[in-house]
Amino acid sequence: MTGYQSGLLVILCFNVIAAYAVYLPMAAGQLNLGVAGFMATGAYAAAYLTNEAGWSIGAAVPAGGACAGLLALLVAVPILRTQGIYLALATFALGQVIAAIFLNLDVVGGAAGYPVSAYAGPGAVFAATAAILAAMLLLSRTRFALYLTAIKSDPVVTDLMGVNVRAVQVGALTLGAVIGGLGGGLYGHHFSFVEAQHFNVALSIFTVLYVLLGGVQTVWGPLVGGAFFTLLPEVLRAGGGWRYVLFALLIIGVMALRPQGLVTAGAHWRPRRRAASRAPSRTSGHPGPETRLSTEVSGS
Amino acid sequence: MRTLLDIAGLSVAYGHVTALHELSLAVPEGGIVALLGANGAGKSSLLKAVAGVVRPRGGRVVFDGRDITGAGVPARLAGGLVLVPEGRRILVSLTIEENLLVGAHLRRDPDGVQRDIAAIYDRFPNLGRRRHMAASCLSGGEQQMLAVGRAMIARPRLLMLDEPSLGLSPLFIGHLFALIRELNRDGITILLVEQNTAQALAVAHKAAVLELGRIVMAGDPAQLAGDPRLAEAYLGRAAGEPAALH
Repeated sequence: MTGYQSGLLVILCFNVIAAYAVYLPMAAGQLNLGVAGFMATGAYAAAYLTNEAGWSIGAAVPAGGACAGLLALLVAVPILRTQGIYLALATFALGQVIAAIFLNLDVVGGAAGYPVSAYAGPGAVFAATAAILAAMLLLSRTRFALYLTAIKSDPVVTDLMGVNVRAVQVGALTLGAVIGGLGGGLYGHHFSFVEAQHFNVALSIFTVLYVLLGGVQTVWGPLVGGAFFTLLPEVLRAGGGWRYVLFALLIIGVMALRPQGLVTAGAHWRPRRRAASRAPSRTSGHPGPETRLSTEVSGS
Repeated sequence: MRTLLDIAGLSVAYGHVTALHELSLAVPEGGIVALLGANGAGKSSLLKAVAGVVRPRGGRVVFDGRDITGAGVPARLAGGLVLVPEGRRILVSLTIEENLLVGAHLRRDPDGVQRDIAAIYDRFPNLGRRRHMAASCLSGGEQQMLAVGRAMIARPRLLMLDEPSLGLSPLFIGHLFALIRELNRDGITILLVEQNTAQALAVAHKAAVLELGRIVMAGDPAQLAGDPRLAEAYLGRAAGEPAALH
């Protein structure tokens, strides 16, 4: 692998990790426009722990994720009282406040930035991304993931079924912040430098775009969206100065043609199961007209 | 007959708008009680207050001898008080089976849940055949069956149905009311809110008519069906006109 390729792959990894941080609350229908703030928290906390407390990277990065998660847990309850556009605004403001705090925090270098002495190579970044992806795949098979989709679909009915909607929402935002914090901690240790200005609004918004473009219906969406967003500008390099124009047009095109994202659940397209696998033993049923019709069709 | 649900002096208000005025109603165990009335009469508010999604201003709700006025939704569900909301409210981005699993949220017996899901597929073969497909592919009538199935998974003792026939074809409405009778025969007490007055009166053991948050008529469905005031207001025929015409 050339330096260019591995460098590009590392950026792809950071984008994908950030995308999963946004994906979790968004799977429950909540737009987090402040993910950069949680990434900054993880980046500064992990860097401080390796620089000043002498922790190993393997301990400091998860601790950075935990710090971001703790912060999310603290703000989740008041923030999740708001909904829709107000929730987006609240998370947006939170991200700005966090970045501004680090910008003025002299103990971590303030506006001059914070050099990080411990170094995490590309291999560590790839391994961490694979681990996060594996964790997300495992999570997608749990009831928790099912409830996220249910809440996005209809929070009132999900509540009516006895699901603690608020707890699931707080859990999703917190877990997303942990992932964002992990990504931030890793970022600082890979590039050996943390500066508050990096964790700006554009980072938060681009990350949301990766997720929207990839789609929130399946756990693969953020991976595809993140990869698409990272690799496409490189492919368009041949276009010279026009590449960002082309890139923007492509985004608009994708959004117009596939508003549900590039990856969808595909439940509609799964092949119909043969009725033979479950003979419709109508013991006491009252099948409607449609029921009868399709019983005959598929039984023939 | 023993009273399963006892509503006493229940008041519900949204801001300054009062939806229920100190309403009292008893639902006997094993019965079908129909709540009739025009839009805005307070029927849905009553069901929501009993289900625990709307906090009442005053009054008491006693279920199976226990005062549940302050209880949360999960506690009421666990006790067997299940609401099928108006408009079905199927989780369209989930599959049919996932809809049922959300309904089973509070149950801690996975084997029993699997058995109950199989029983629902036996009852509604069309749901079983498409269990891994998105619920959005179902017709209106099938969605209503899924909504009832999702409630059945929670093992209701009292099933509350809010306008289940809304938007269904006449044929499907017939199947729906047959299903309500059947569930009742299986031992489930039913509290039914309906605008389809004739069908609701035919299936119910007891009926009450709500108007502006108050019960204005209550009693035997056959008697109510013959009441000229009800006939005029909700059955769409002039007072004195013979019922046989409809």
